[in-house]
Amino acid sequence: MKKTILIVDDSPSIRRMVAMTLGEIGYDVIEATDGRDGLAKALKGPCDGIITDQNMPNMDGLTFIREFRQQTVSRGVPIIVLSTDSDDTLRQRAREAGAIGWMVKPFDQAKLTAVLRKVIG
Amino acid sequence: MIPDDLAQLFHEELRDLLDSLDRGLLDLRATPEDPALIDQVFRDLHTIKGNGAMFGFAELSGFVHGFETAFERIRSGAAKVTPEVIRLALRARDEIPGLLDGQAGTADARQALLSDLSAALSDGAAVHSATRVANPPSLGQQDARQTHWQTLQFALDGAAFDLGVRPDLILAELQTVGAVGFVAETDAIPDLAQLDPSVCHIVWTCDVPPGVGEEAIADVFMFAEATWTLVAKDPAPQAQPMPAAPAIDTADNPPTKTEAPSAPTPSAAPTVRVPAERLDALMDAVGELVIVEARLTELALNSQDAALLATAEQITRLANGLRDATMTLRMVPIRSLVGRFRRLVSELADHLGKPVNFVVQGEETELDKTLIEKLADPIVHLLRNALDHGVETAKDRQTAQKHSVATVTLSAAHEGTEVVVRIRDDGKGMDPAKIREKAVAMGLIAPEASLDRSQIFALIFAPGFSTASQVTEVSGRGVGMDVVKRTIEGLRGRIELTSEPGQGTEIALHMPLTLAIIDGLLVDVAGERYALPMGAVQEIVELPADKTNPDTTSDFLDVRGEFVPFLRLRAAFDCAGEAPRTQNVVIVSASGGKVGIVVDRIISTQQVVIKHMSKLHAHVRSISGATILGDGKVALILDTAQLITLGHHQAGSAGHARGAAA
Repeated sequence: MKKTILIVDDSPSIRRMVAMTLGEIGYDVIEATDGRDGLAKALKGPCDGIITDQNMPNMDGLTFIREFRQQTVSRGVPIIVLSTDSDDTLRQRAREAGAIGWMVKPFDQAKLTAVLRKVIG
Repeated sequence: MIPDDLAQLFHEELRDLLDSLDRGLLDLRATPEDPALIDQVFRDLHTIKGNGAMFGFAELSGFVHGFETAFERIRSGAAKVTPEVIRLALRARDEIPGLLDGQAGTADARQALLSDLSAALSDGAAVHSATRVANPPSLGQQDARQTHWQTLQFALDGAAFDLGVRPDLILAELQTVGAVGFVAETDAIPDLAQLDPSVCHIVWTCDVPPGVGEEAIADVFMFAEATWTLVAKDPAPQAQPMPAAPAIDTADNPPTKTEAPSAPTPSAAPTVRVPAERLDALMDAVGELVIVEARLTELALNSQDAALLATAEQITRLANGLRDATMTLRMVPIRSLVGRFRRLVSELADHLGKPVNFVVQGEETELDKTLIEKLADPIVHLLRNALDHGVETAKDRQTAQKHSVATVTLSAAHEGTEVVVRIRDDGKGMDPAKIREKAVAMGLIAPEASLDRSQIFALIFAPGFSTASQVTEVSGRGVGMDVVKRTIEGLRGRIELTSEPGQGTEIALHMPLTLAIIDGLLVDVAGERYALPMGAVQEIVELPADKTNPDTTSDFLDVRGEFVPFLRLRAAFDCAGEAPRTQNVVIVSASGGKVGIVVDRIISTQQVVIKHMSKLHAHVRSISGATILGDGKVALILDTAQLITLGHHQAGSAGHARGAAA
């Protein structure tokens, strides 16, 4: 069965780019435009993995992860943060919030593919 | 390789982001302390930086990073927003488009700009380096272990399953780096009664071949919440456990609950970006549907079949609903234009040294997308005029006992079937005497011509007309009000000007809601049907018996004391046959004045879907398009502006120039 990944990013071009890469590797994709939208879609589920931006209007990535992790449906869903920041304290806070990994933009398709294969299979 | 449509999306988004950045910075100048605005500016910068990097514009990304770093001081509260900061920030923002198309200035100039910005924000503190240094994870050092087989032992952390860590994937990946001899130790698994199924209690060990370094293993566990140790197999000197660098035991740090969800704000409605051509294609299809629907209704009426009639009625309703929905798809709020204007007014006001408060009303008002794009230039021109010619200097304003800060208002509102965009200033207004003088000097009117106020104001739309005694740098761009007027009328809109000396000037642009469907007046000329835009029709009169002689194609009609030239379509279109005994004159008016159009018969009014003429017919001046009628026949849509020109031209060649020009 195809796996579904939720992409949360306020930038349409980044969403489209990630979605394209994911589509090529064979994932189904759900898109959300900010943390609030992402939370609604993640809770509605089911999804096999989440890729989220940190800096977004309405609800940022870390808050989204924290809120989502409060819910039992979040169990077993890996979350990767995709951000321009490479700040270590922010990474650590993301881990504490419940993200499993942090990828720094820019990344290429090969790298994203490798990470997804590693994390989601 | 980035596909074209994705690249286009990137560029469109960047343009929106720059507009938003503009708006944010300018608003910030007005309310420097607004944290929401600061966040917005910051977010825009951040997204520009990230997208630039993703799409391969490293230089852009680096520059914006520097910009963002400088601005960080505002967000952290270490620095305050000053007009100087905004000025520099806007200049820095202007560098961004150039970095996309290779038109940028030198890197040194940009660096200097960032230094200035940074200095303005931090009293001369050093500029942060604009180049991002990614911190690579510290690599494991070459050591003895790499020459021997090693033993790897690992266990998942308590919360790993919850976080989505998959041991099967980890084992598979370890195999790909050459690990063999996997053993799962199950000693730690408690009795069933105590078992927490969400925690992994298995500890794995495996053998890792020589040459596989610690970094390769760290890479495997990069996204896994696991603790692992790697020790040399043979004579094991000081084999101490090595917790993996990125692994943090989240079980000891349960998710914090301190951060309350932010106050509920309406989240942006989800939107879909669609290329404009697709909307046009949809609009075309809906246009066809409306036409076929009209035919169906006609057939149903003729057939007298009740079931068919009922179905036709239903189709009519659905088609109308679909038509309305499709029209709204093309509507975009005027706000998308306003950002550009704010910037323009702000810079122009600075440039001219006239303090101006720019007020925008009705940003939410929606208008057809094509219209909005075409309105941008005329509005820019009118705003320039307002600032340059309308608004006085602060000194003059004080002398006139006005507030030293002038107000320029741009408003948009729906009024009936039109959208009215108004550009208003509270400047010195226009002096009818001065305009008249100038018009006489230019030979536009006779010195003795008697004109009322609105006729005098209408003169400023004449080609080449300008009352400014000296053409300033700002408005003197060779584009006059005549071009503005022509553009507006080309969009089937009209322009109205009111001005009060000493009080200010207001220019209203009355625009139709859409360009695709109009109300038309169907007329018959020699058995052919034509449509005239209802908006241009003023009145319909009967052609007096003494004017029916078609020896001349154009003549004058006395309409309540006003001489209106008229044009016989039969003659203009070279129609065969005799005209009916009674003919009608449709009087249409547009910027060029009024003209009567003589037709055989008036048929009805009807909504017509405008179809553009093919390129082959582009040179046919008096026809602006075609429409398909209910019975499937084609009716040509008459171009009223052209007919008026034509009518006046013929009237002129007939020796009535003076009367026609007024």
